[in-house]
Amino acid sequence: MAEEKKLFKVKIDNITVEVEPGTTILNAARGIGGDVVPPAMCYYSKLQGSGGKCRTCLVKVTKGSEADPRPMPKLVASCRTTVMDGMEVANITSPEVLDARKGIVEFLLINHPLDCPVCDQAGECDLQDLSYEHGAETTRYEFKRRTFDKVDLGEHIQLHMTRCILCYRCVFTADQLTEKREHGILDRGDHSQISTYIQQNLDNDFIGNVIDVCPVGALTDKTARFKNRVWFLKPVDAHRNCDNPKCCGKTVLWMRGNEIFRVTARKDQFGEVENWICDTCRFDKKDVKDWVVEGPRNIDRHSVISQGHYVNTVQPKDPLVEVLDGRQPQLLFDIHTTSQVNRPDIDLSKIDGPAHSDDFNKPKS
Amino acid sequence: MGRKLLLENAHIEGIRYYDTYRKQGGYAAAEKALKSMGPEAVLEEVKKSGLRGRGGAGFPTGMKWSFIAKPEGVPRYLVCNADESEPGTFKDRYLMEFIPHLLIEGLLISSFTLGANACYIYIRGEYAWIPDILEQAIAEAKNNGWLGKNIQGTGFDLEIYVQRGAGAYICGEETALIESLEGKRGNPRIKPPFPAVKGLWQCPTVVNNVETLAAVVPIINYGADEYIKLGTGKSTGTKLISACGNINKPGVYEIEMNISVEEFIFSEEYCGGIKNGKRLKACIPGGSSVPVLPANLLLKTAKGDTRMMTYEGLAEGGFATGSMLGSGGFIVMDEDQCIVRNTLTFARFYHHESCGQCSPCREGTGWMEKVLKNIEYGKGKMSDIDLLWDIQRKIEGNTICPLGDAAAWPVAAAIRHFRDEFEWHVKNPEEAQRRNFGLAHYADPLPVPAAV
Ligand SMILES: Cc1cc2nc3c(=O)[nH]c(=O)nc-3n(C[C@H](O)[C@H](O)[C@H](O)COP(=O)(O)O)c2cc1C
Ligand code: SF4
Ligand code: SF4
Ligand code: FES
Repeated sequence: MAEEKKLFKVKIDNITVEVEPGTTILNAARGIGGDVVPPAMCYYSKLQGSGGKCRTCLVKVTKGSEADPRPMPKLVASCRTTVMDGMEVANITSPEVLDARKGIVEFLLINHPLDCPVCDQAGECDLQDLSYEHGAETTRYEFKRRTFDKVDLGEHIQLHMTRCILCYRCVFTADQLTEKREHGILDRGDHSQISTYIQQNLDNDFIGNVIDVCPVGALTDKTARFKNRVWFLKPVDAHRNCDNPKCCGKTVLWMRGNEIFRVTARKDQFGEVENWICDTCRFDKKDVKDWVVEGPRNIDRHSVISQGHYVNTVQPKDPLVEVLDGRQPQLLFDIHTTSQVNRPDIDLSKIDGPAHSDDFNKPKS
Repeated sequence: MGRKLLLENAHIEGIRYYDTYRKQGGYAAAEKALKSMGPEAVLEEVKKSGLRGRGGAGFPTGMKWSFIAKPEGVPRYLVCNADESEPGTFKDRYLMEFIPHLLIEGLLISSFTLGANACYIYIRGEYAWIPDILEQAIAEAKNNGWLGKNIQGTGFDLEIYVQRGAGAYICGEETALIESLEGKRGNPRIKPPFPAVKGLWQCPTVVNNVETLAAVVPIINYGADEYIKLGTGKSTGTKLISACGNINKPGVYEIEMNISVEEFIFSEEYCGGIKNGKRLKACIPGGSSVPVLPANLLLKTAKGDTRMMTYEGLAEGGFATGSMLGSGGFIVMDEDQCIVRNTLTFARFYHHESCGQCSPCREGTGWMEKVLKNIEYGKGKMSDIDLLWDIQRKIEGNTICPLGDAAAWPVAAAIRHFRDEFEWHVKNPEEAQRRNFGLAHYADPLPVPAAV
């Protein structure tokens, strides 16, 4: 080993930590942990070049360094700013930072559809968590929200661009993990959109990882879509001997009884994927026999996912069949776009906010 | 008559071509720089001249050049920013159209100073006819031994390439420009690293405005000592101003930075006063991004001094009562102009031009446009004015590149100085559709500050 490197001393919210030169403020804060860690919606430690875009991680540098103690004039993105020796940073101790962050959350939400009740990401959505912690209860935005049509990116992935916060993580993932780049951003400003150039199929061994890096419900797994809510599922760690050399084969199975609803990569405490998994493991291995189950996954106890208490893994009898008189339960799930109860010619996804009875009134002729 | 350094010969018949340009003393500065001065001496001269960037920010050019990293074996690049897309700014176009060899000569001297053997002119896509002019000038310069290999026997090599943009304002931001030049989507980069360390193709790069690079020629020709005699204080030399709006003589003017704003607007030498005998209401002195000023704060500072057409003069009073020289796009508004409408126009522009990378600018610019539209079309509420203020405040300073600030400042300044006009729109929605608020008190003499 080379001789020991000199460490930099940084103070974040009055807590001192020593980190290697080149560490970002965000990662230094992650080293401390707890409340002083700024929220990060776009930075992803495993994706090169990520970060700097969402601006939720803004912090105030109150002292530049020991050598140059001047504070930085503007708030900086902690995910892209490296520490200096003697630097002092204010995150939750700075009202200015909290105020700016509140503004950012508001910006991220003004065009978001807030369709959590029908979104698969609900319960494990970074934007939900962020809004809960840093957002306001009401909106000051009084205009029509931006919408896009849903598109299929190949067989397994659905893009619901309306929910996207343009964090660029999926772009970096597609760029860095898969061989042929077909996934990027078209247009600019608030009409920018993720696209695969004329909706090319994304069929690449590792493209499924874009689903895991997406902080919101813009990219979802079509093999699991609308099948269940994450908090009704039991996450268990499992692995298999995957023959794809780049795949670690270590996953989380989201189960109910013996049924595997969804397979994802394992995520760390900051919501980042620990190791990438291949599309075969993710989309095609939905039989328990394919896997060696290791045991229940530890989920943060504040998460809604850990609210479910599972005594055993026996599948409860599905009451839906009886309740619905043998009608297909699929009908209920279709409530996303049309209603079977009210006028089905009305497309619910075209209505701003929740539907009211007014929306179904027949125009008086 | 103010002295001219850049446009001195711009109207001589045939100056666009090499022979005439050379006959008028062209390439003498290049000869001097390459043959008798050497890079260090040129750099010293540019530093001493106090030349500041003419692209908007006014950063000292000599200092910028001295920051360029010089790692062994890595090429360096000079990039000329000819993207000129700021509403109200059209000075670089004039220079390139009329006297292209001045720019080529400036690029040669600057590249030589920086040790760059390749130089790129990134030109706004809408300037469709100018690349031909530039390319012809480049070919002429090459035929006469001013470009290519072993220039004038000095051993210095330089190639200049012209690259057209595709119509995005954001590609004028230097790092977005570099991305675009590399063939990528024109998103501004997250800094650091700065272009001086990692710019074009990750190599040390300097990006300068057309006018900045052209100004190097007279600095070398006449010497820095002569150059700093023009202008005032830290605003040395001459500046091109593109004047437009309700004035008698819109156009591009080269001013010595020692005249007052009043002289610039009303003298026959420059704008020739307000058109049709109207009265001056407001002015945006440095391109659409800088704060708008009402007539009374434009001609005199809040302290009661005459406001000068210099970097410091226009900035006097900070954003509370001042503005910026910016890129020199001077937009004059008479009493018939509506500030709300004008602010909406700018908001729409920034909304349209945001690259969409960072949330405050992507979402905030569209929001401001929508709120302003409501106010302008008689659907505004009083609370909308405070909302606008809050939105711009949350964009400013929180974005990746200065486009966010540029979108926020015009809105902030309009509300700061013309709040009663916004309120009038809200309170009189119907009347506001039929007539404008007019001059109101915006040209009234400022209250004399209490004796200090
Ligand atoms: C959104 C945006 C647009 C810009 N457009 C231009 C432009 O069209 N021309 C220009 O010279 N500089 C432009 N700039 C400034 C450049 O980023 C850069 O500061 C300038 O080219 C530096 O040259 P200078 O030091 O010679 O002024 C723009 C900056 C921003 C943020
Ligand atoms: S689709 Fe998801 S991962 Fe991709 S940019 Fe949008 S929010 Fe980010
Ligand atoms: S401030 Fe606007 S233009 Fe600049 S990087 Fe952010 S979104 Fe793009
Ligand atoms: S996490 Fe730092 S800007 Fe998005």
